[in-house]
Amino acid sequence: MDLAELNEVAESERSRQKPMRIRCCTAAGCVSSGSLAVKQALDRAIVERGLNDYVQACSVGCLRLCCAGPLVQVDPSQELFEEVKPDQAPTIVQSLLARSASDGVKRGNPAMPFFAKQQPIVLENSGIVEPERIESYIAAGGYRALQQAIREMSPAEVVDAVTKSGLRGRGGAGYPTGVKWSLVAKMPGAQKYVVCNADEGDPGAFMDRSVLESDPHRVLEGMAIAAYAVGATQGFVYVRGEYPLAIHRLQVAIKQANKLGLLGSGIFESPVNFRIDLRIGAGAFVCGEETALIASIEGKRGTPTARPPYPAEKGLWSCPTLINNVETFANIPPILNKGADWFASIGTAKSKGTKVFALAGKIRYTGLVEVPMGMPLRTIVEDLGGGAPDGGTIKAVQTGGPSGGCIPAPLLDTPVDYESLQAVGSIMGSGGMIVMDQTTNMVEVAKYFMEFCMDESCGKCVPCRAGTVQLHRLLTRIAAGDASQAEIKQLEVLCDMVKHTSLCGLGQSAPNPVLSTLRYFRQEYDQSIKKGRISLI
Amino acid sequence: MPGNHPSGDKRFKLLDAAMKKHQFRADALLEVLHTAQELFGFLQPDLLIYIARQLKLPPSRVYGVATFYHFFSFTPKGEHSCVVCLGTACYVKGAAALQNAVEKELDVKAGQTRSDGKASVSIARCVGACGLAPVAVFDGEVAGGLTAEAAVKRVKGWLEHGSG
Ligand SMILES: Cc1cc2nc3c(=O)[nH]c(=O)nc-3n(C[C@H](O)[C@H](O)[C@H](O)COP(=O)(O)O)c2cc1C
Ligand code: SF4
Ligand code: FES
Repeated sequence: MDLAELNEVAESERSRQKPMRIRCCTAAGCVSSGSLAVKQALDRAIVERGLNDYVQACSVGCLRLCCAGPLVQVDPSQELFEEVKPDQAPTIVQSLLARSASDGVKRGNPAMPFFAKQQPIVLENSGIVEPERIESYIAAGGYRALQQAIREMSPAEVVDAVTKSGLRGRGGAGYPTGVKWSLVAKMPGAQKYVVCNADEGDPGAFMDRSVLESDPHRVLEGMAIAAYAVGATQGFVYVRGEYPLAIHRLQVAIKQANKLGLLGSGIFESPVNFRIDLRIGAGAFVCGEETALIASIEGKRGTPTARPPYPAEKGLWSCPTLINNVETFANIPPILNKGADWFASIGTAKSKGTKVFALAGKIRYTGLVEVPMGMPLRTIVEDLGGGAPDGGTIKAVQTGGPSGGCIPAPLLDTPVDYESLQAVGSIMGSGGMIVMDQTTNMVEVAKYFMEFCMDESCGKCVPCRAGTVQLHRLLTRIAAGDASQAEIKQLEVLCDMVKHTSLCGLGQSAPNPVLSTLRYFRQEYDQSIKKGRISLI
Repeated sequence: MPGNHPSGDKRFKLLDAAMKKHQFRADALLEVLHTAQELFGFLQPDLLIYIARQLKLPPSRVYGVATFYHFFSFTPKGEHSCVVCLGTACYVKGAAALQNAVEKELDVKAGQTRSDGKASVSIARCVGACGLAPVAVFDGEVAGGLTAEAAVKRVKGWLEHGSG
């Protein structure tokens, strides 16, 4: 494969496309509300109407407004259909020929703020390309960045571009990606690895899943560029076992890319070799932590080890290893295609680019949103998300999952960037954003997350293993109204201890949901205790 | 160390093939356990010992790894399964009530199988369909926007006749 052949594939794919395309979301959310049957019904309706030469139905990835699925969108009109049922397929096909106002199929509004205020970079192909067809990705400009990197740039230039873009890791901690790449690139040794962290452990987040199901080649391309930049020949994608569709699409994508010579040996007819294998997780949150993930790929129990040495120095089988999140890799091809300066012009001074959030919980519009860094939280939940449903009021927004915190409604003007979220006691996290309304009890929320951390603690170090159990016990007593004020004090002391003495990020951040709810919703803890007191009398 | 299990059970042949694909490397243990669970439904001690022997690993290592990960199960699953999502999005939308209702209807606690083997209930920490919360998975099929009544309706049939 060379550039001319790549262009040929793109060209022939474009000529294959019919003037009208009915794009049908077949990412997991819509599949679970029946979109596969909708796609089949659309195929049949097109044939029955004899429109094969003008119209085609295709299986695409996430169209983002998950709550209104199954979603179907039409090109070129951009008309959006919501909650589509298979028996509505003939009506949809008919509507392409003659507009009718009231045909019983629910229309969405592609101009509503939920869509209009998004800035898709990571998700630019999501809902547009067909994830199981590499030609579709190539026609959308795919693998051009890899070609450019390998044929026109030196590895050092690639690393420089990533550094200049200001991209920071999207897996949670926000470590500068360029710095990490240059560390691995500088390590001596013939064997290096590139690992994609697709463990998506935050229970309530589905960004990485959607990216993998909607545009798997984008992630593979990002990994291959990274491999070229740091000098790795073997890559792994570590995917959650709970994501069968993402696993399937990755398998298909890897096979297709190998076949076209875009992965494997002699990529773009250069001496560059890069092979990618999948590793399937087995349901352990701690395996998202990089050293635990490495142990897991090596076929061991996923217990973290102390850093340093960092994986960049000693990772898989003690070789230098680059680990990045799915979304981090997905940002790489556009950075090379459009330039580091373009990327750096988006976002804030210290947080560049966009962030994908999985918007869920007590909010009107749930689904995926990709917004520029620095957008106020309020814009995301009130404008894009449409606020709390059923006349409710938003009480808090949770980011960062079990490692993050609850941001109370009065602080909704906080911009979403790494530093601002940290300043209000939460973290950017990987992108889960759960909205809570007036009915949510914050002590219960703290208890919920602590139970999660207690269950997921790997048990290697005492502060986390025993501390999370103690914290959970205290929270249970407080929530039940059995505790005294002294126990809240005890809770605080214990939080501080677990935070500062645990070995890995799981234990170190486990107290965060407690600390942030204590900080902003202390009255609920006090009330809980008072209520208990009263019922005793 | 190719060589089939003395029982002659065909599934061991498939398991051997999976191990062979990974050249009987110890680091393929997780992949092998995944395959074993797919083939046999759950991991019996006998099966774990067989894997240990084939991969030349101490049984303690195989057992230690298998028990570390939530995904692996050591008891047979029911004919039907209901997995209730207790991820944050589902939790906020009242998944606990769903869980209670299903447990009550099937008369079994999460993580267990009914003694007649008809159904098992378990919980998951997010199945990645948070936009549709609350969510449960009935026999591998994800259902979103559930109410307790709708969930009960789904599992009711399982107890009466074999199919659901
Ligand atoms: C308990 C724990 C769970 C984590 N889970 C994930 C995860 O699911 N996905 C992820 O990308 N990073 C996760 N991380 C962060 C990784 O350790 C690592 O920092 C990240 O994958 C690096 O990629 P990035 O620089 O692209 O963000 C987790 C960290 C901890 C401590
Ligand atoms: S902090 Fe918790 S999860 Fe991390 S190593 Fe210690 S016990 Fe394991
Ligand atoms: S929290 Fe239930 S699907 Fe994510």
